[in-house]
Amino acid sequence: MRFERREHRPLFLVVLTPLLAVAAALALSGLLIAAAGAPVFEAYWRILVGAFGSRLSATETLTRATPLMLTGLAAAVAFRARVWNIGGEGQFYLGAIAVAAVGSRLLAEAPGYLSIPLLLFTGAIAGMLLLILPLWLRLRFSVDEVVTSLLLNFVAVLFVSMLIDGPLKDPLAFGWPQSQSVSDAAMLPKLVARSRLHWGFGIALVLAVVIHIVQSRTVFGLKSRAAGLSPEGAVFAGVPLARTLLLVACLSGGLAGLAGAVEVLGVKGYVTTDLSPGFGYSGIVVAMLAGLHPLGVVLAALFTATMFVGADGMSRALKIPTYIADVTVALSLITMLVAVFFAQYRIRR
Amino acid sequence: MSIVLDIVASIGLWAAVLRIATPLIFGTLGALLCERAGVLNLGIEGIMTFGAMIGWLAVYQGADLWTGLLVAALSGAVFGLLHAALTVTLGLSQHVSGLGVTLFASSLSYYLFRLLVPLSGSPPTIEPFAPLSVPGLADLPFIGPVLSAQTPPTYLALLLALGLAYAIFRTPLGLAIRMTGENPHAAEAQGVDPMAVRYGAVIVGSALMAVGGAFLTLSAFNSFFPTMVQGRGWISIALVVFASWRPGRALFGALLFAFFDAFQLRLQTVVDGVPYQLFLMTPYILSIVALCVMARHARVPQALMQPYRRGER
Repeated sequence: MRFERREHRPLFLVVLTPLLAVAAALALSGLLIAAAGAPVFEAYWRILVGAFGSRLSATETLTRATPLMLTGLAAAVAFRARVWNIGGEGQFYLGAIAVAAVGSRLLAEAPGYLSIPLLLFTGAIAGMLLLILPLWLRLRFSVDEVVTSLLLNFVAVLFVSMLIDGPLKDPLAFGWPQSQSVSDAAMLPKLVARSRLHWGFGIALVLAVVIHIVQSRTVFGLKSRAAGLSPEGAVFAGVPLARTLLLVACLSGGLAGLAGAVEVLGVKGYVTTDLSPGFGYSGIVVAMLAGLHPLGVVLAALFTATMFVGADGMSRALKIPTYIADVTVALSLITMLVAVFFAQYRIRR
Repeated sequence: MSIVLDIVASIGLWAAVLRIATPLIFGTLGALLCERAGVLNLGIEGIMTFGAMIGWLAVYQGADLWTGLLVAALSGAVFGLLHAALTVTLGLSQHVSGLGVTLFASSLSYYLFRLLVPLSGSPPTIEPFAPLSVPGLADLPFIGPVLSAQTPPTYLALLLALGLAYAIFRTPLGLAIRMTGENPHAAEAQGVDPMAVRYGAVIVGSALMAVGGAFLTLSAFNSFFPTMVQGRGWISIALVVFASWRPGRALFGALLFAFFDAFQLRLQTVVDGVPYQLFLMTPYILSIVALCVMARHARVPQALMQPYRRGER
């Protein structure tokens, strides 16, 4: 048995691939639900109802999808250029804490039209800086950025913990480690009244479209794809590799930092060390499920958010641990890898 | 300065060094074995988490401690088989596949733990490994008391490093593994099956990683909690580079690393006014520094991260 590359990949196969991958992941976690003695179809029905059954739950799912779209875009633009940014979690936290620091001090009195854009920018810059370090280490010392960006996640979270336990600690939080809040004026306006859904969702959608256009229609997009497809070929064709990768890293780290900024300004207003239930790591799955396509990221983030939000209600009703959502999302990454492979290769005897 | 000397001269410090090093030795040797055959295994963090959970769970359900370690090793082997199927048979990206295994193995261990162990106020505990003093060794000055504070898996880790160094550099199997990691085409021309060697190395290496995880719940602590592996898997991956893919140096790297960790833990209790988070950051920062210092000089297996397809170059 061996594998042979398909000469031609029909469009339906490209579209079908993620759907099949998700179906396979759901079937596999269905086995785990069944093993726990719960009805599988009822469990998935409850997840769907829990995520979209009411106005409140639907807006909650979109709220949860917002940071996932941004961290998903962060991973997608990086992976496309083969910059292995696994540090989305750290960049998210650094973006968040930068916003809390600047928003509660420097811009505490500023009007919203001034502070909101400035704070979003601050968060993006913070995330950017955290990814430039591993990229620089790769270019300078040829150190694999996967491991360094992963290790920096732990450093970043500890750094945040240090700040909210020290100089940025909110004295009114009853001793609980929590950062001071940004001013009310700096909070992103709500997209839907009486819900948690905020304009960050709109920002993420617009960015997905913008990034799609940049990747498919600009010189930078071409260069970054070339750098990913073949670094040697790109250099031969006259692409300045280091500069292109640096720009990609700025974009990717910036998006992950922005995710943290948007989560602070849209939902909480302050930072704790449990602000992110692994948004950075889930972003990697989102990007892979989307086939690294920016518009696909929107759909993949919605799927992931559906699982996470829906699992809460299902868990209470059927006594299945909410971790089943994490298992399904992780499995869908693996099934997606396999599905993409079989979309590219056929089996020959 | 005298504080530093006091700490370094204490038996407690060196006993802690060996204890802290043990999971890193298992993890680093496991990752090293995979990489020597040409496969980067980023599933390590999740495999260690799963090993910690399943080993503990087996003992909690009534198995003895050695059976717990064995169950952990078997679970690691299964995840290794998954990683090998994805990266060796299908030739998928070793980075992404490994991350997939890590996310899957860790979320599955949280799910199974929460499902099988009911939520309670204090985490349920088991009776962990007791320290073992080996007659003869225990009577040595200074070294004796340090070793006598260790549990059997730590002795196992030390012996394993020597055994693996011998196997890799002095046996035909080790030669086959190294050839597969350097040049699988040449290995095949010599009658070695690169696919089989890679499968074997990844499965055995993953089993070792899981044992390293199980040490945490069966010896270092007596209960399981999510996120307890705390990046030890990623640190192991960094240590493999630091060790330049040599088991002996891996042992030295893990001990050196554990020394810094044990030292900062003790320094934390005597130094005032420094946020404890700064101390906790040091292991991760040290790993990054170690990577940068060594990456240029390290002898990377030439076929690392390159999928092998028969008849394809």
